[in-house]
Amino acid sequence: MDPAIELDGLERRYGERVALSGVTVSLPEGATLAVLGANGAGKTTLLRVLAALLRPHEGTARVLGAELPGERWKVPGKVGYLGHEPLLYRQLTGRENLHYQARLHGVDGSRVSEVLDAVGMKRRADEPLQDLSRGMVQRLAAARAVLHDPPLLLLDEPRANLDPAASELLESLIGRSSGRTRVLVTHDVEGALAESDLALGLKAGRQMFLGKVEPAAVRELYR
Amino acid sequence: MIGAAGAILRKDLRIELRAKESVPAMTLFTLTVYVLFHFGLDRDSLDGELAAGVLWVTLLLAAVIGVSRLFAAEREQGGIDALLLAPVDRTSLFLAKAAALYLFLAAVEVVAVPAFALLLLGPGLSGTMPELLLILALGNLGIAAVGALVAALAAETRARELIAPLLLLPLLVPVLIACAQATEPFLRQDQGPEDLARWLGLLTLYDVVFVLLSVAVFDYLLED
Repeated sequence: MDPAIELDGLERRYGERVALSGVTVSLPEGATLAVLGANGAGKTTLLRVLAALLRPHEGTARVLGAELPGERWKVPGKVGYLGHEPLLYRQLTGRENLHYQARLHGVDGSRVSEVLDAVGMKRRADEPLQDLSRGMVQRLAAARAVLHDPPLLLLDEPRANLDPAASELLESLIGRSSGRTRVLVTHDVEGALAESDLALGLKAGRQMFLGKVEPAAVRELYR
Repeated sequence: MIGAAGAILRKDLRIELRAKESVPAMTLFTLTVYVLFHFGLDRDSLDGELAAGVLWVTLLLAAVIGVSRLFAAEREQGGIDALLLAPVDRTSLFLAKAAALYLFLAAVEVVAVPAFALLLLGPGLSGTMPELLLILALGNLGIAAVGALVAALAAETRARELIAPLLLLPLLVPVLIACAQATEPFLRQDQGPEDLARWLGLLTLYDVVFVLLSVAVFDYLLED
């Protein structure tokens, strides 16, 4: 079986600044990769490259069988991206936002009620996002990310602003038990190591390690 | 593509109805400028070339406000990322934004044109409505096509508030000339169509060229 993600010597720059360099990863389908590193290490850039939102500048990148950047048109619709921004409109209600996303993804409207129920937001689904707490908006963002049932989840601090109950509620959608291939960016080192099959350590855009590591080894990334 | 464009357009219109940002600002701007002309020119009424110039320059400047805000929700709330993550043709975003701007302009003109007639115009507009509506429709199409393209270009730059008018206004000079020239005979005391077909032909040609050009290049504007 082909790996879900295969990176070899991946490099990405912003102008002269190198944001990612020499990243080499092979992630099997259904596995979870934890991406660890200090602020500015290149974690979010890596997620955006994998989501085909940014082009890789050097090396090879293959995501769900699509060679990037040449075949990046194959990626949209197959990735669930949950980043720093909810990618939802604050003037619209949760239901309106999800119906809009459903139309873009060609998903049946009945799926909207399903995911609203799954994230525990059915009761508040008809209130504009600007009236909701950040935790509630994060739940709706998770609902958006899985609305089209993507095989690959790219998660950047997915539990930010969530209380323990909400975090547990989302487990079946975006957690390990979802059965999806996941790339998880987080600063919760111990939690990430516990729920991942592989850990990738980044420091100033460079790959420091890849594999099963102990929490002590990760501390080096933050010095 | 049309389905996605429809979804984006409905979303934009819903946001505008809730937030009431672009259309009220454009309308208020237009009314304010007409009032300024009313007092600044110190004349009871205008007609002919001067009236046509005042009408269209004001509408174009109001369009700048709409263009500056056209991608605001996408830029501030990650709408472009959400769209790029969905399996839709990027051209649908152009079509939706151009259609939204067209409707915003039409809504402004529903108030602005009667206000212009009331505040500044000597001869009435009652007998010239079909022709004027046709000129407005074609003018709006050109402004909407170029405006959506410029808005997308400016959206990814830091100095977007400067870049939008600096790019937009020179590109709209042919629209201004054709619309003002086509309108001018209807704003004279001795009203009558004069070279109307020629100016409408020029406007149509401009609209076709810029719609096709925008569709062709819009995909590349969203590249990182």
